[in-house]
Amino acid sequence: MVDSKQHWKAWLYLAPAIVLLLIFTVWPIFNTVAMAFQNGYRSLGSIAQVEYSWGVENFQKVIEYSDFKICLQNTILLCVTTVPISTILALLIAVALNSIKPLQKILQTIFFLPYVTNSIAIGMVFAAMFNIVGLKPEGVPDTWGIINNVVMFFGGEPINWMNPGSSYVANMAVMIIYIVWNALPFKILILLGGLQSINKQYYDAAKVDGTPRRRVFTKITVPLLSPMLAYVIITGFIGGFKEYSSIIGIFGDKMGPADDAGRLNTMVGYIYSSMADSRQGLASAAALILFGIILVVTTINNQVIKKRVHY
Amino acid sequence: MANNQNMNVMQARDIQKISTGQKIGQFLVKAGTYLFLCIMALIVLFPFYWMIISSLKTLAEYRQAVPTFWPKQLMFENYATAFDTASLGTLFMNTLYVGVVSTLLSLVITVLSAFAFARLEFKGKNLLFGALMATMMLPGEMFTITNYITVTSLMEPWQMDIGGNIIEFAPMDIWGALIIPFLVSIFYIYLLRQNFMQIPNELYLAAKVDGTSDLKYLWKVMIPLSMPTLISITILKMMGAWNSYIWPNLITKSHKEYQLITNGLRNAFSDTSGQVNFPVQMAAVAIVSAPLFMVFLFLRKYIMSGVSRSGIKG
Repeated sequence: MVDSKQHWKAWLYLAPAIVLLLIFTVWPIFNTVAMAFQNGYRSLGSIAQVEYSWGVENFQKVIEYSDFKICLQNTILLCVTTVPISTILALLIAVALNSIKPLQKILQTIFFLPYVTNSIAIGMVFAAMFNIVGLKPEGVPDTWGIINNVVMFFGGEPINWMNPGSSYVANMAVMIIYIVWNALPFKILILLGGLQSINKQYYDAAKVDGTPRRRVFTKITVPLLSPMLAYVIITGFIGGFKEYSSIIGIFGDKMGPADDAGRLNTMVGYIYSSMADSRQGLASAAALILFGIILVVTTINNQVIKKRVHY
Repeated sequence: MANNQNMNVMQARDIQKISTGQKIGQFLVKAGTYLFLCIMALIVLFPFYWMIISSLKTLAEYRQAVPTFWPKQLMFENYATAFDTASLGTLFMNTLYVGVVSTLLSLVITVLSAFAFARLEFKGKNLLFGALMATMMLPGEMFTITNYITVTSLMEPWQMDIGGNIIEFAPMDIWGALIIPFLVSIFYIYLLRQNFMQIPNELYLAAKVDGTSDLKYLWKVMIPLSMPTLISITILKMMGAWNSYIWPNLITKSHKEYQLITNGLRNAFSDTSGQVNFPVQMAAVAIVSAPLFMVFLFLRKYIMSGVSRSGIKG
């Protein structure tokens, strides 16, 4: 009696969530897959009752498309550079934070600050810092920008980071610096949480044995922290493959320096630009490819981690 | 007991063994640690510092070849100019409206669903919950493509023939398009369900015996006991509205008056050719960042605990 009453009551409580999920989560899964496998699908055409043939043409087009290769290359480059750099930096900072007592709380707060920012707004600050104001083809600009001022202070040559005429490597360097800056707080938070939960007895034992600091780090800290490291690396890769708004923040929706728009476009950027052209078939195919890549990378990560992580 | 004493004796002997050389070494390591942390902290803070001092400079001072690290003349007018240039007032109200409405509705839906999953028994509960959790693996872009089609078709006026009168109405307006697709977050349902499940079942059964209705029990017992989680959800959801860019940019492409703060900010200063009034731009960025810092300052505990469990930005 109570059971059957609980039945309909449960469904009643779940009703709003389920209705919305059916429309905005379940239906999109089927529809996006269907659009991806209809050759040259456009939603405008589908309203006009155009019949599309089934096939994998969209996938072929996406892969052959030269812009897509650029997007894939940018995405992979950003991933394989920012994830290791930010993870190692975050690990060093977390270990250092964990080893001190005075100032720990305030430093911890400072390191978390970048997290509570709007990635587009602060991207604009970074853009201002790297920007050369009043760049002329010949001669000295009005100001080299604060980053170049620092470079020159240490005796380096000023670099055209992101203005017209800048090199791809310089653009990528700006993106890597910004993404790492942005990725640090979350990683530090998770790793520090992990460090604080490591049993102090291990360290006491190492101290009694007179174990050198480096050995304590590689034989105690890293293995016991490995679940958190694994988590941070996997979420880092997933986030890295979806990089988009950080580039908008720095370069605007041109996705590149003014004279070479689209040079820094990413996978997600490609999906949205195909969507904006109302080529939903291509966008869906690209989204499925992105999902496939994330799935493969996560699986590989999991396999590696299974061998290395000590739970 | 004897063991314990042994340990103490051992530790005491160890402490005596530490030579002055080791002490100096330890001091150097400590100093090095602090130096490293302070340099990193300066790097982390520098963009914020640069944003604030740049926003207070005159354009001429900003364009000086030798940078100044404190403005010669404080230009608070930049903030007023920024407010007007980017019409931040309208953007702020739009964002606040979307944030508050979506947070409130989302909380109601999340609480009801989490209650059903945590307390009630029904057929297929675990299957349904597992299926929902599985959708979290899919990249959001897969949903966006179809949702954009769905939402644009719902914003088209439909014609209905009611007794000869043809009535035109659109099932969804732009506010709806901005809010409704993101109301249900499976992750928040999961988070709250975990919290609800920690509340002992006996409390629920006792309330049942007393004839308390489910909703009253939910309101009087479960919600107060899960306040920290609910506050975390509220903050993350509000921050999500404040930081969202992609979806509102799509929806408001041809309706600029509905833009949210991030879109307006980026589009008002989209010229990257170098002729931008950077001090005004930095003032706008500072205005947009300020509420986030305020929230962080006062509710740090909730944000950090919410984030460490979610790993989701916004």
